[in-house]
Amino acid sequence: MPPRRIRTDSRWLTFHAFFVFAFLYLPILVLIVYSFNGQGVGGFPPRNLTLDWYRTLFADGAIWDSVLNSLLVAFAAMLISLALGIPAALALDRAQFPGKALFRRLVLLPLILPGIITGLSLLMLFRQADMKLSLATIVLGHGTALISVATTEVFAGLQKLDRAQEEASLDLGATYWQTFWRITVPNLRLSIIGAALLIFTLSMDEIAVSFFLIGRDNTLPLEIWGRLRRGITPEINAISTIIFLFSIIAIVLWYRLRTRTDGRTEIAAELVESKA
Amino acid sequence: MFSRAYRAAITIPPLAWVALFLLTPYALMFCYSFWSVSPDQNVVHQWNLANYSELAGKSVYHETLLRSMWIAARVTFFALALAYPLAYYLSFRAGTRKELFYQLVIIPLWVSYLVRAYAWKTILGSDGVLNTLLQYVHVTKHPLEFLLYSPFAVVLTLTHIYTPFAFLPIYASLEHIPRNLIEASQDLGASPAQTFWRVILPLSIPGVLAGATFAFVLSLGDFLAPVLLGGPSGIMISNIVVSLFGAAYNWPLGAAISLCMLLLVVSLLFLAERLEKKWSFS
Repeated sequence: MPPRRIRTDSRWLTFHAFFVFAFLYLPILVLIVYSFNGQGVGGFPPRNLTLDWYRTLFADGAIWDSVLNSLLVAFAAMLISLALGIPAALALDRAQFPGKALFRRLVLLPLILPGIITGLSLLMLFRQADMKLSLATIVLGHGTALISVATTEVFAGLQKLDRAQEEASLDLGATYWQTFWRITVPNLRLSIIGAALLIFTLSMDEIAVSFFLIGRDNTLPLEIWGRLRRGITPEINAISTIIFLFSIIAIVLWYRLRTRTDGRTEIAAELVESKA
Repeated sequence: MFSRAYRAAITIPPLAWVALFLLTPYALMFCYSFWSVSPDQNVVHQWNLANYSELAGKSVYHETLLRSMWIAARVTFFALALAYPLAYYLSFRAGTRKELFYQLVIIPLWVSYLVRAYAWKTILGSDGVLNTLLQYVHVTKHPLEFLLYSPFAVVLTLTHIYTPFAFLPIYASLEHIPRNLIEASQDLGASPAQTFWRVILPLSIPGVLAGATFAFVLSLGDFLAPVLLGGPSGIMISNIVVSLFGAAYNWPLGAAISLCMLLLVVSLLFLAERLEKKWSFS
């Protein structure tokens, strides 16, 4: 093939990639820059750089209450999703029961369904059961919607799991319960940690389901939503910038963890191959 | 190798949970859509088709649904147009920078949806970053008003949010194409364009379908971006549902619209799955 043709192709593709990255990062950059802007949100160029908005933010009790609520909700939702998602993945992997195909579809549906449908249908359930809306109803909503994430992640992990280890454990007299905790879970730990991190961050950011299930206490996204409707201040930029930094740290940590362990399994796989 | 008790222990709890918190709520939504509201604003459990005949009869519902689908279609188109070449570049041309670029696409997913929509609002507003920049460099004298509170702003923001969602499955499908198929195509004398159109593109269709479904379905059901950025001309179908469950207080009618959305989404998923099977490489 003519080399010149490839170069033009590549140049066009590189330019396109650059454009997409600019499009993806421009708003984030603007957000961060204007968190230091003394003149408020908007206005070019940014003027009177200041840390005032961060000071306002740290003195703002309502925001930190909502952060605490969000952390609580995310943690509880994570426990529920894992407690049901891990068995759900095991069931899809190794049990036969009537309606299995329907069950799989139902579990995964909230992953793709607009949040409004999940939120409203649960709202009707809680109304019918005369349950008061509170952080607990949000936890149930997030927990239910995010079982999908735990199930997909753990199911993917199960496909790579060597079943002989579980078999050996059972043959050597361990109970199912012991085998589950000592063999199955440690082998799946990467998928489980991955799912837990993902569920936690998704729950922290979730708004469409929470929107309908909220009681008196706000989660962080709903607190921000309420403020956006009253008018915008760089305080929102400041809290967003802080969350963004924490997200980056979480990604880097997760990525390091994964490459380290993946590297190890790859080396092990190579050793096995070279011996065979 | 697994005993009955073990299989029951892993099956029954998730099954019961899903029945209680997913199946029952959808069934309730179905029931509600056939109930009605009395003048003193109580839900009356009287089975009738009034909600559906209202939906069929009033043009405001059709127009809003069509507008939402049109917005979602544009978002899907732009998200694919941005994501596909990027995924192609990463998979075939980025070389050693592949991992870094992949991470760079993922990172915006970790920035809150709401925060990104808000960032666009601060960029597009009449005294926002873009308008003041344009006046600062003397391109315009007055702020461009069409930027914010328009379907344009909603499409732009949702495209921004769903491009990484469209990217992921496309990239995965491109990465799974066996590289020797591409070599074979080149060895047999195909030009790069022929290799792309006849080998790479058909093999990546399942990824494109998955990405398109994500972008279309999630933007179709969005109700936050329209409130923040859409203005009166950017109202979408979910905004009507939100008002019916809030101030307008007509849950049964809202449930009927939600159920229609649910059916629309499920049939789209079904269609996408059928098409994916047809195109998948085995």
